[in-house]
Amino acid sequence: MTPRQDSAVPKLRLRGVTKRFGANVVLDGIDLDVAAGESLVVIGGSGSGKSVLLKCILGLLRPDAGSIAIDGEETVGLTGRARDRVNAHIGMLFQGAALFDSLQVWENVAFGLIQGRRARRPEARARAMECLDQVGLHPRVADLVPAELSGGMQKRVGLARAIAARPDVVFFDEPTTGLDPIMADVINDLIVATTKDLGATALSITHDMASATKIGDRIAMLYKGRLIWVGPAKAVFDSGDGYVDQFVHGRADGPITEEAEAEA
Amino acid sequence: MNFLAIVGRVFLAFVQQVGRFAIFTGRSVGHMVRPPFFPRLIARQMVEIGYYSLPVVGLTTFFSGMVLALQTHVGFARFSAEGAVATVVVISITRELGPVLAGLMVAGRIGAAMAAEIGTMRVTEQIDALTTLSTNPFKYLVAPRLIAGVTMLPVLVLVGDIIGVFGGYLIGTTKLGFNPAIYIERTVEFLEVTDVVSGLVKAAVFGFVIALMGCYHGYYSRGGAQGVGAATTNAVVSASILILILNYVVTELFFAQ
Ligand SMILES: Nc1ncnc2c1ncn2[C@@H]1O[C@H](COP(=O)(O)OP(=O)(O)O)[C@@H](O)[C@H]1O
Ligand SMILES: [Mg+2]
Repeated sequence: MTPRQDSAVPKLRLRGVTKRFGANVVLDGIDLDVAAGESLVVIGGSGSGKSVLLKCILGLLRPDAGSIAIDGEETVGLTGRARDRVNAHIGMLFQGAALFDSLQVWENVAFGLIQGRRARRPEARARAMECLDQVGLHPRVADLVPAELSGGMQKRVGLARAIAARPDVVFFDEPTTGLDPIMADVINDLIVATTKDLGATALSITHDMASATKIGDRIAMLYKGRLIWVGPAKAVFDSGDGYVDQFVHGRADGPITEEAEAEA
Repeated sequence: MNFLAIVGRVFLAFVQQVGRFAIFTGRSVGHMVRPPFFPRLIARQMVEIGYYSLPVVGLTTFFSGMVLALQTHVGFARFSAEGAVATVVVISITRELGPVLAGLMVAGRIGAAMAAEIGTMRVTEQIDALTTLSTNPFKYLVAPRLIAGVTMLPVLVLVGDIIGVFGGYLIGTTKLGFNPAIYIERTVEFLEVTDVVSGLVKAAVFGFVIALMGCYHGYYSRGGAQGVGAATTNAVVSASILILILNYVVTELFFAQ
C-alpha cells in the first residue's frame, strides 16, 4: 500500500484515545492531528503517559476507547499481518535504544530488513552500513555488540535501525534522556537531518525543552491524560498557559503541584 | 472491605492468570508447529540446552546410579535378592531418575536463563522493538526455545540413562562383587522398550514445560531488575513443581492397568 498523498488526510489522526491501567487513567481522551512531513513533539512530566501514547499508536498497547488512523486507515485492533503492514511504514527509536544485545550492531540496524522484509543479508548489510554512516558511526562499529557501545552510540544505532527501512513515520521516545548536553544536541541534529532526508513525519516525546524546540515544528503538552496545549514550537515559551509556562521554565511553584502529580 | 468482595477479587485475579497462561501456551504451540522456522535460533538453543547441560546431567545421573546400586544392594540383601540390583538400577534410572533428575537440573539451568534473557528483553523494550520491526516475539523467541526443549531433553536423558547405568555398574563390579558380564546381562535381560520410551516421553514433556515456564515468566516480567529476578525464580519453581506433577501423570498414563 502506498501512503496517500491527499493533504486533507492527516498522516496521524487520534480521536478520543483513552487508556487506563486498573483505576489509573493514563490517557483521558487524546485528540491529535499530525500532518504529513510535520514534526510534532509531545512534552510532559515523567509518568504523564507519553510512552503509553506512543505504544498505543504502535499497537503495543490497545487503547480502551478512541480511534487512531494512520494515512486515514483505522489501526486500533489490527493484529498479525495487517499490523505488520502498518508498522512497516513506521520507525521507532525507543527510550533506552532497546538494541538486541545478542546481535551485532549491523544486524540490529538491518533487523527489520532481514526479518520483516526478507531481504538478503549482503544487501541488508549494505543498507545498514549506509544508515550507520548517516548517524555518524564508523564502519568498524558495525561488527561490535551493543554492550560495547556508550549510551550515545547506542542511541545512534537505535536511530539507524529506526530509519533503515525508510519509514514515512518515525517515533522518538525521549531521544536525549540520559545523554550529556553535547551528545543530546548531536542526536537532535541527527533526528532533524534523518527525518528531513526521508521526508518523514515525526512524532517525538520528551521532557527536554532544548530538544523539543530543536526538533519540533509544533509542540503539544500532555498533562493529566489530556493534551492541554498545542501550538507552534516558537510559541511554547510564551503560551500564556500557566501549566505550560511552569513546565517549560522548570519552576517548582505553579499550578502543577506534587499532589496533582501523585493523584494523576 | 467486604469479605466476599475480597474472595471474589482473588478468584477473578486467579481466573485471569489462568486465562493469560492458557492463551500464551496456545499461541506458543501454534508458532512452534507452523512455519516459518528459524533454524539458526533453534540450533543455538539446542546447543545451549543439549550440549552445555551435559556435564550437569551426566554428573547427577552418574552419582545417582552409584548410590542406587549401593542402596538397592543393602535393601535387597535383607531378603537375599542381591541378584536383582542391576535390573532395579536400570529400571529406576530409565523410568524415573533419568528424566526427573535431568528435568530438575535443566529447569535450574535453562529455565532460569530463558526467564532472565526474555525478561530483560521485556523490561528494556526489546520485545516491543521486535514487534515494531514486524517480527512476532512468539515466533522469534518462544518457538525456538520450545522446539529445542522438546527435542533436546530426550537426547540428554538418553545420555544420562547410559551414564547412570554405568555408575551402577562401576559400584556393582568394584564394591559389590558382581561379575561384569553377569551385571551387564542382568541389566539388559529384563529391560523393556517401554521402560526407556516412557522415560524419553517424560523428558520431552519436561523439556516443553521448562522452556514454556522460562518464556512465560520472562515474557510477562515487569519492573526492572527486581521483576526479572522474580521471573527467574518463578520459572524455576513452577517448572520444578510441574515436572514432579507431570511425572506422576505420565507414569499413570503409560502404566495404568
Ligand atoms: N504496562 C503497564 N501496566 C500498568 N501501568 C502502566 C503500564 N505502562 C505504563 N503504566 C503507567 O502509566 C503511567 C505513564 O507511564 P509512561 O507512559 O511510561 O510515562 P512517561 O510519560 O514517563 O513515558 C505511569 O503511571 C505508569 O505507571
Ligand atoms: Mg517514557
